[in-house]
Parts: sequence; C-alpha cells; structure tokens
Amino acid sequence: MAPLLELRDVEAAYGSVKALHGVSLRVNEGEVVAVLGANGAGKTTTLRAVSGLVGYTGAIAFEGRTIARPSPERVARLGIAHVPEGRGIFSELSVDENLRLGAYVRRNGSWKDERARVTGYFPWFERRRGQQAGTLSGGEQQMLALGRALIGRPRLLLLDEPSLGLAPIVVREIFSIVTRLNEEEGLSVLVVEQNARLALRAAARAYVLEVGRVALEGPSDELARNESVRRSYLGY
Amino acid sequence: MPQSATDVADFAQQVVSGLSSGSIYASVALAIVIVYRSTGAVNFAQGEMATFTTFVAWTLVDHGLGYWGAFALTLLIAFAGGIVLERVLIRPVEDAPVLTVVILTIGLFIALNGLMNWIWSAQVRSFPPNRPFPTRTIDVGGVAISIQDIGIVAVTLALVFALYVLFQHTKVGLALRAAALDRDSSRLVGVRVGWMLALGWGLAAALGAVAGLFTAAAFPPLEPNMMRAVLIYAFAAAVLGGLTSPVGAVVGGLALGVTLNLLSAYVDFVGTQLRLPVALVLILGVLLVRPAGLFGRVAVRRV
Repeated sequence: MAPLLELRDVEAAYGSVKALHGVSLRVNEGEVVAVLGANGAGKTTTLRAVSGLVGYTGAIAFEGRTIARPSPERVARLGIAHVPEGRGIFSELSVDENLRLGAYVRRNGSWKDERARVTGYFPWFERRRGQQAGTLSGGEQQMLALGRALIGRPRLLLLDEPSLGLAPIVVREIFSIVTRLNEEEGLSVLVVEQNARLALRAAARAYVLEVGRVALEGPSDELARNESVRRSYLGY
Repeated sequence: MPQSATDVADFAQQVVSGLSSGSIYASVALAIVIVYRSTGAVNFAQGEMATFTTFVAWTLVDHGLGYWGAFALTLLIAFAGGIVLERVLIRPVEDAPVLTVVILTIGLFIALNGLMNWIWSAQVRSFPPNRPFPTRTIDVGGVAISIQDIGIVAVTLALVFALYVLFQHTKVGLALRAAALDRDSSRLVGVRVGWMLALGWGLAAALGAVAGLFTAAAFPPLEPNMMRAVLIYAFAAAVLGGLTSPVGAVVGGLALGVTLNLLSAYVDFVGTQLRLPVALVLILGVLLVRPAGLFGRVAVRRV
C-alpha cells in the first residue's frame, strides 16, 4: 500500500539560501512520525513544503498521488491540516470563529457535530467560545490551533513545534491529546519537535534532519538508543 | 446654542442634513477601511471609482433605464469592476511594499479621471434628471426634514447593515475577515485569500458607487471631480474611526457630516469655504492625539 504521505528528494530554498537538500520521508496511514533536528536543520521548511507554503522541487505525494501545483488552499482541501510554528491562530477573532475557519473546507458532517467532537478533547472551548483568541494563554492558543486543525477531520496533521514556549505540564497534555487522537481516530501525524524525548515517545518512527538532509531514520525506540541521537538531542 | 423653538428646529434640520452628507462620507470611509484592512494600503482612487460608476449610471439612465433600476445595476457593475481592478492591477503587486500599491492607486486615480473626461467630457450634468427622492419635506415635531436626507441616510444605513451581516454572520464574511488578518493562516485553512481581497475591492467599489450616486443627487452637478472633497472627508472620517474599524468609519462619517454642517451654520468664519481645512485639521489632530482613532484597536497578541 502506498504511504499516506511521501516526500521524494524534496529541495526547497528561501531566495538563494537552500533549506532542504533532498529530503525523502514518508508517513503511513495511522502513524505518528516525528522529525527531529537542530535549529535551521529544515524541519519547519519540510512541513511548509508539504502544505505548499514554500515552493520546492522533487515530489510530494499524498494518498499515492503527486500534489500538482501545490498551494496551501489546495493542500488544505486534500485533507492535510497544518498547525504552523507560532500556532497561526487569528488572535483578533473569537475562539468559535477560529474553529469555524478550521471547518472552512469541510465537506461532510455538520459543523455542530464536529465542534462537539473537538470540544470533547478541549472542554474549555465550550465556556469560552466568545473570547478573543489573542487573550488566551500560550497553551490555550496551541490547543485552539490543534482544535481548529481537527475540526475539518483531516487525514493528516502537520504539527510544528507544539511545545515551543509552553510549560512542561501543558506540553504533556498536548502530546497526550495527540496520542489519543492517533489511537481513537486513527489520525496520522507528522510532528516537528525540538523536544526529542517527548517526540520519540509519541512517535512510532522518526527522522533526524541535519542541514537540510535526512541524517538518520528509524523506529523511535531504536533512535532513542542511538549514541549520536542521545548525545545531540536527548542530552545524556 | 439654540434658544427659541425656531432655533431648535433649525438646529435639528442642520443635524439631519449633516447626517445625510455624513452617510455619504461614511460609505466612502467604509470602502477605504475595507480595502485598508485587507491590503494595508489606502485606495486613493476610491473617489474616482465612485464618480466613474456614477457616470455609468448616468449612461444607463440616458439609455432609458429608470433611476432605481440603473442604481441597482450600477452597484453590480461597480462590484464586478472592483473585482476586476484588484485582479488585474493590484494582484501583480500583492507582495510588493505598501507604498507600491498606494502609488498604483494614485495612478488609477489619474487614469480614471482622464478616462471620465475623455468619455463623458468635462461638461456639467445634472443627475439624476429628476430627483430620486421627493423634494418635499415632512414635519417631525415642528422640524421640517427633507425626504431626500432621510432617504440617503436610510439607504446608506441599510447597505451598511447588509455589509455588517455579511461580514459578521456568513461564512464568506468570516473568510474575508480572516484573509485581512493573516494571509498565511487563512490559506492554511483553505481560504482563497486572493479572491477574498478581490471581493473586498468589489464590495468597496459598490459602496463607493452608492456614495457617488448620492453625491451627484445631493450636491449636483455630476462632473469628473465631484468626489474630490468627499474623498478628503472620507479620509478624515476613516482616520477618526481608526482606519481599521468599519464601525469607526461609519460613526466617524456621520459625526463628521454633522460637525461640519453645524460649524458651517453656526460658526461664521467657517461657512462653506473652510469645510475642507476643518477636515484636514481633524485628520492631523486625530493622528497626533490618538493615532489609533476612536475605534481602532491595538492588536492584543501573545507570543
């Protein structure tokens, strides 16, 4: 069976600065996959390429079909939801309006049912529907971004640094929700994360990027035992 | 200040007629705000676009269409024209600095003005040939109020309300607001941002068309430069309201219309000659004292 997402030799650049030098990776149906790496290794760019926010050469295939003329609008319609670095919520809109935007391209299922489903994961959405999203705490904003991504019932979730700037307890909560989503709804996830320990625990497989290339790949437990991964990313 | 009963009646009349011209300023101010919010640029051609569409309405009436039929058709033409202008003119410079876009709208201002002079010549026209509203006045508690003033205020406010419903209570309205706030995030949830910007231009052009039609009716004649002063007043209204606030633009427009009217009527040296400088002083004052305007918000953001 073809993988859900497959990148083949993807190269991308910002102006004359090359960020990806031929990245190949895949995410299978129902799998959580982590991408590790230092700052500037190309983790974020990899996700941005998948969702069409940056141009690239090489090929990205979703559900076995190469994404032709990629643009974020088109990729969103394929069923790929991207929670970007910095969360990308609309801080001037209300919690409910943010969620509605998540359902913008949803084709089936009623909005109310989907909201109820997502509110099951984040019960506080219910009480704070009218609150301006910019006044939420950082952790709440991350949860709202996650909720907004989920409300459209994506086939694949792209998650960029969900732990950035958040308290450890909030980070654990977010990762436990991602794990639940994967187990209960079979959601496939590609997560980029600096916190390698957490990412390796949540993911079945992982890739390690170094200067725009895949340096290592394998099952999470193998990578966690790998000497250089331990020294560079786990710190022991 | 008003003392006797006639003074009160006179004062009330000045207020109502101020609301009438104020609703014209409000429409153009709102058009400016809609475009500003989505592109970050002020459209200096908004007034000339309005005049141009008013000439289109004149042509339609000249070919035998009724005034209100031409009115409705003109709004549709303006809407479509606004979309086309954005797609053809603004789209190519979408990612360019704001100054580029502003200069482009100034170019559009000059081009449209030239085009109007060329097509319709600078000859002075009375439009509509018959007043769109009855010229009578009605008596409200001893105050004679012109039906035209009421009509202009009512039609404008109805359109503003329709826009409010569109922006606040429809899916496309939410997408329009989202696209104006954050392009990348909007695209990630599947909003076609480019089309939303074009739609914004279309709505702004239609609003401008209403203002142009009413300007021609209330302050004849119809001629290519008729919206120049209105545009300045609209800028003042938009700045007063905070440039990013649709509510502010409407309140600012109405407040400015009433203020200018009262100043002209009661402060001798202002008269009709000094109305424009008053508007400019207002722009300057607001920018100095309260740059975010009355309703402009400083974005709350946590990072």
